[in-house]
Amino acid sequence: MGGYIPNSAAAQQAMLESLGLTSVQQLFDCIPSEMLVDHLNIPEGMSELEVGEMLTAMADKNKRFSTVFRGAGAYNHYIPSIVKAVTSKKEFLTAYTPYQAEISQGVLQSIFEYQTMICQLTGMDVSNASVYDGATAAAEAVVMCQERKRSCAVVSGALNPHFIEVIQTYCGSRGIPVEILPVQNGLTDPAALSAALKADDACVLFQNPNYYGLLENCDALTEAAHAVGAKAVAVVNPMTLGILKTPGAYGADIAVGEGQPLGIPMAFGGPYLGFMAATQAMMRKLPGRIVGQTTDAKGNRAFVLTLQAREQHIRREKASSSVCSNQALCALTAAVYLASMGPDGLADCAKQCLSNAHYAASEIAKIPGFGLRHNAPFFHEFVTECPICPQLLNEKLAEKGILGGLPVEGGILWCATEMNNKNQIDRLVEILKEVAAQ
Amino acid sequence: MKLLFERSTVGHKSELLPCCSTPAYELPADLLRAEAPALPQLAEIEVERHYTELAKQTFGVNDGFYPLGSCTMKYNPSINEDMAALPGFTKLHPLQPESTVQGALEAMYTATELLQEITGMDAMTLQPSAGAHGEYTGLLLIRAYHQSRGDTARTKIIVPDSAHGTNPASAVMAGFSVVNIPSDEKGCVDLDGLRKAVGPDTAGLMLTNPNTVGIFDPNILEITKIVHEAGGLCYYDGANLNAVMGMARPGDMGFDCIHLNLHKTFSTPHGGGGPGSGPVGCKAHLAQFLPTPVVVKTEEGYHLHAPEASLGRMRSLYGNFLVVIRALTYVLSLGKEGIPAASQGAVLNANYLMKKLADLGYDMAYPGFCMHEFVMDIGKLKKETGASAMEIAKRLLDYGMHPPTMYFPLIVHEALMVEPTETESKETLDAAAEVYGKILAEAKEDGQRLHDAPFNTPIGRPDEVGAARQPILRWTPAE
Repeated sequence: MGGYIPNSAAAQQAMLESLGLTSVQQLFDCIPSEMLVDHLNIPEGMSELEVGEMLTAMADKNKRFSTVFRGAGAYNHYIPSIVKAVTSKKEFLTAYTPYQAEISQGVLQSIFEYQTMICQLTGMDVSNASVYDGATAAAEAVVMCQERKRSCAVVSGALNPHFIEVIQTYCGSRGIPVEILPVQNGLTDPAALSAALKADDACVLFQNPNYYGLLENCDALTEAAHAVGAKAVAVVNPMTLGILKTPGAYGADIAVGEGQPLGIPMAFGGPYLGFMAATQAMMRKLPGRIVGQTTDAKGNRAFVLTLQAREQHIRREKASSSVCSNQALCALTAAVYLASMGPDGLADCAKQCLSNAHYAASEIAKIPGFGLRHNAPFFHEFVTECPICPQLLNEKLAEKGILGGLPVEGGILWCATEMNNKNQIDRLVEILKEVAAQ
Repeated sequence: MKLLFERSTVGHKSELLPCCSTPAYELPADLLRAEAPALPQLAEIEVERHYTELAKQTFGVNDGFYPLGSCTMKYNPSINEDMAALPGFTKLHPLQPESTVQGALEAMYTATELLQEITGMDAMTLQPSAGAHGEYTGLLLIRAYHQSRGDTARTKIIVPDSAHGTNPASAVMAGFSVVNIPSDEKGCVDLDGLRKAVGPDTAGLMLTNPNTVGIFDPNILEITKIVHEAGGLCYYDGANLNAVMGMARPGDMGFDCIHLNLHKTFSTPHGGGGPGSGPVGCKAHLAQFLPTPVVVKTEEGYHLHAPEASLGRMRSLYGNFLVVIRALTYVLSLGKEGIPAASQGAVLNANYLMKKLADLGYDMAYPGFCMHEFVMDIGKLKKETGASAMEIAKRLLDYGMHPPTMYFPLIVHEALMVEPTETESKETLDAAAEVYGKILAEAKEDGQRLHDAPFNTPIGRPDEVGAARQPILRWTPAE
């Protein structure tokens, strides 16, 4: 109602008088009168109590599942209490992009630490300060690989379909050809990739673990890309990098992904975190903000936004991307999460995801009609067949408070994380057995 | 301050997860990393103290006056945070069946309805994640429109030289080339220049109104008419909507599509650089091209729907949902009286401070009344005293307030762009003016002092040139 305006009517009147005016309306005399709005057709303002009730009622209309066996790009992980405590600090919450380094060392240092941890996870040399989400990170990676005589992006069909669609949007408008490589038994086949690659292709994108949860032959895919002089872009899940071989180790030029598993709530799809890391050679092609270390006038360590000659506010139409606001608070969230988990905690969490998923897969696959669709190593997602309509199955699970796997291509894409312990999995399996027996 | 990694001690950790309850599964060694990531090892108290120290060296709206021009650093209400933290929103998997997320879809639908009314638009997507992402989306709408008509010769986007840098950068991402047009002496669009620039190759015009010098372009209807008559479309950059909410609507000014910055105009926090949210609204003739999905309402409830000629997907899923929840909370709180009152307060505050600073002796780039922000021209002062816009900004830091936007817009060489917003009190503005007065006196008496500022901040001026020449972008352990 009040618009959070502290000034009283009397104060506003005094301010108007100082301007030689009698009404605030006079300040809007510059607007052609025919377009002045008489009144907006929206509800009257509400008290904090009322608006709180209204939003809470909306939130209560949603069904919260006590058990989640669904991933497919958004993952149900445990979020340590300290993560919300730190990211709720109003200094972090209400600061702008740190243009004034002298009073922004806290947020700048937090980004520098985030960049370092993304490099440690991915095995890459440099990281930016984040972009909007994993899909836009993948699309920006394709743009980074553009060279004067290399344009086409060859994209694994086993990439998350939303990522493929966003890559097509970003590339379509710039005239970058995108070729989707067919999936074979749930995987990207290195031989088929080699056969498809042309001498002037710009890059190859693959996801590990891929959309079906399977582990790709990353060494061979990277090698195939490099054999024709194309860049290799790995789309990775940062949680899995607690134990999995890093993009740096298999020689990827760029590693990108969705940072949501690192302490960010599923929250109906956002805000999430697009992370981007690259080799030193590609540093100046990274889009968006980057924080660097320097010294102040007295020689003390200091942090600043750097390499700004790449960016839109300097380069305008020659910028590498228009990204300005990014996902800084989500990057802070990921950093606090990683600092809390530490190397052992992250590896333990990744192993629990792996073990729970393999237990679930082996138990589900024993049920008639629920066989595993693919025969390849997987991480914490896997596809099974489904003897009945997958939607119908999920309705039965929903009645028991369980969000089942995502229906894909006639089967079901299941996910297990550290949140799905043996009891939860056994309960799921019991229900599936009942369904199979009917 | 120590870095996280410099606080690390082998063996320190938090106890967060129970033991694994399923049999341990091992992957083949060739799929695994050779060694654990070198993440820091810290106990919870060490993490907490580290970030508390970092927070103390971070300046937010909650710390003090933050009149960063074009950024609309208004107060971020606490209720917004509470609503965005409701488990009924935060614990939703984005791919849950539609029937189980009716409340979330209702929130999205309600937000678009309200924002469409405020902007005079017929349809809206919440998918764009920030202002620049919204620009890119809006330009793709324009592109899709021309292509659907077989009008493929329209390859150029006209951008005034006063525009935000994101405008031309987004235009290039969308596959257009950019035609820059100069502003007139009042900082507004030069009509003759625009008439000369438009033609059969014009895809559209991008405009901020009020513009980046805080002036409402009086010729706005003529401007959009010139572009439309040439066959182009008009795009409204919503960065400055806080000046005219509930007073005038881009849809009534002749704009075909717009983006909003929920993290500016609609009070959601900037988070040190994001997440923002940049919804894109459009008139009916562009609705069929909107990114997929949009929320529609039927008798059976709310649905996610792919528009028939959709330009595709701008990001995964539906947008920065929790940011939208905050903005929805804000719009519902203010309502039909509060929305225009906010803009009136913003414009009054800006004019009040502008007058006080002008009376002190600061030159205004465009004297007269302004809208929600104004631009000071430090050029003459610099010539007389040596004190630049940068030096005044740096000295302001010593007084516990955030400086205005510096060196923008580019059409004023020594620009300081001030946007107080409506949530600051007269007392705060008076106190700020007093500080500006002291700094002006200092500039005239002792130029060197400003040159050396700031004095009271955690660090002195950083070496930005050195940072860019020899980039250190991550911590590495000492040899």
